[in-house]
Amino acid sequence: MSEQDDGRRSATIDGDAHRSASEPRTWQRIVFVVLRWQEISILAAGIALAAYFQYVNGAFLSQANLQNLIQYSGTTAIIAGGEVLVLVCGEVDLSVGMVYALTPFVMYFAAAAGTPYPLALIAGLGAAAIVGLINGLITTLLRVPSFVTTLGMLFAINGFTLTISGGFPVEAQAGQWFTRLFGGSAWSELSWAIAITLVLQFVLKKTRWGLHTVATGGNLVGAAEVGIPVRRIKIGNFILCSILGGLAGIIDAFRIGSVDPLAGGSQIMFQAMAGAVIGGTLLTGGVGTVVGALIGSLVLGILTDGFTLLGVSAYTFDMILGAAILVTMAVNVRLTQMRGGNV
Amino acid sequence: MQDEIPTDVLRAENIAKSFGKVTALRDINLRLQRGEVLGLLGDNGAGKSTLIKILTGFHRPTSGQLVFEGKPTTLHSVSHARSLGIEAVFQDLALVNEVNVYRNMFLRREPVHGGFLGILDDRTMRARAIELLDRMGVKIPSVDEPVARLSGGQRQAIAVARSVYQKAKVLLLDEPTAAMGVKESGLILDVIQRLKREGEVAIIIIAHNYAQIFDVCDRVNLVENGAITFDRPTGETSIQELMDLVVSRYRNARATL
Repeated sequence: MSEQDDGRRSATIDGDAHRSASEPRTWQRIVFVVLRWQEISILAAGIALAAYFQYVNGAFLSQANLQNLIQYSGTTAIIAGGEVLVLVCGEVDLSVGMVYALTPFVMYFAAAAGTPYPLALIAGLGAAAIVGLINGLITTLLRVPSFVTTLGMLFAINGFTLTISGGFPVEAQAGQWFTRLFGGSAWSELSWAIAITLVLQFVLKKTRWGLHTVATGGNLVGAAEVGIPVRRIKIGNFILCSILGGLAGIIDAFRIGSVDPLAGGSQIMFQAMAGAVIGGTLLTGGVGTVVGALIGSLVLGILTDGFTLLGVSAYTFDMILGAAILVTMAVNVRLTQMRGGNV
Repeated sequence: MQDEIPTDVLRAENIAKSFGKVTALRDINLRLQRGEVLGLLGDNGAGKSTLIKILTGFHRPTSGQLVFEGKPTTLHSVSHARSLGIEAVFQDLALVNEVNVYRNMFLRREPVHGGFLGILDDRTMRARAIELLDRMGVKIPSVDEPVARLSGGQRQAIAVARSVYQKAKVLLLDEPTAAMGVKESGLILDVIQRLKREGEVAIIIIAHNYAQIFDVCDRVNLVENGAITFDRPTGETSIQELMDLVVSRYRNARATL
């Protein structure tokens, strides 16, 4: 630490000590809130994009298109929420997209064997939980980096799903209310996505589990030193992420009306990850927001949908998306520095 | 001598420690009285860090005995030592940068409601953190700030406050003023002074640079070659004497090479 640096810091200690009790000026507080609430910037970007697409193509804000957009982004947002928790505790889950494909098949086979659908659904989510448990155990007990653990799991689960399905899609036929609840009705995806986002955000920001998740990802050694069960925290978040991936798979299966062994996969996993990262979650751990991930997923959805309406080719679109992610991240790093975090 | 024994909160008697063929500690005899501030000085490699690790339950001594509050004690682990009231603040501080001050101070001992839901009781944590930091004379801009925004001295003070809050009886501070400027170390030395006045906790300060900590210590011990070779109240010695001692030892060591 340089002498100059030291002097500046000491000055702020003395200066702020007097001011701490009194209120800072209004404009300072507004700037502070905007900087602190990282979701605002991405929300603004989303609104700007929506306005642009509506301006260029009047069909953007039509109910049919919005519904399409939300159905497209809703399940991605659910996966992104689970991925946020894993990222915040300092790990990553690449296998969640394959769990998305596996879970509806487990449900389907359980139902085909005569299990009532609600129980079959629980069986599917149970299978997803087991994948999460294995991810967590291999990562924490065998000390394999989660990138590698879940990369292996990605291939293993994909192969398993293709094997049990024989590579062909099937049709899940549950009762009407059950189908409507899990993805059949028009607003089902959005309702699930919002409900899950709010619950996860509360867990992350207001509960002991969330605090210990942040501590584990923010300072692994320190968290262990004060006695936080860091392995249990990581395993729990892997399980949670997997279950959410499975739930997203079931919701999409009921929406589409068929269970496809090739659905989701790396594509939906990377989109969820991009949604989380665009929303303000760091890959380095310790920092993340589930609300941001929801907004980030919606923004990705807006981009995809808007460019499709404009007739932009899928190849061009991927280039634009890639550039958008890079720009967003560069801005995010700057904003984080301005907020005073030492990233 | 008999009435002096209960006032010793921690004693190390003939502690030795070897790692294979390497002898880190030969014969350590150390005592710490209730409410006392002891400066543990010594060059790198003299055995300071091994001694700290024994006192905090990280290492078991090869021979010798620890006596805690008058009772011979074997420390089984760091958490065992902590449960007895022996807390250490190491240089990494075990703070989470992204988390605010009051949540850091209660990390792992958070007051919660909602049973198994574990909903954090932020109001209680905040109020108690403000109260404790105020009592210890720690001035920070706000307890709502993430600790990443605080200076080195402020962070150190918060780590110390957290240990004090755990009802520590013995507090080990590992190089608390390392890499700090004069103003910054002043902040942490003030906290130590205030704890000394309250007299609830005995403190061992491990330091390489004795000039900075000399004033807050009641007594200084010098660790050399795995033994304590110098033990005197600070009133009966001076920075100059310590410096001369170290320099002459250094010269002798060079001469015998």
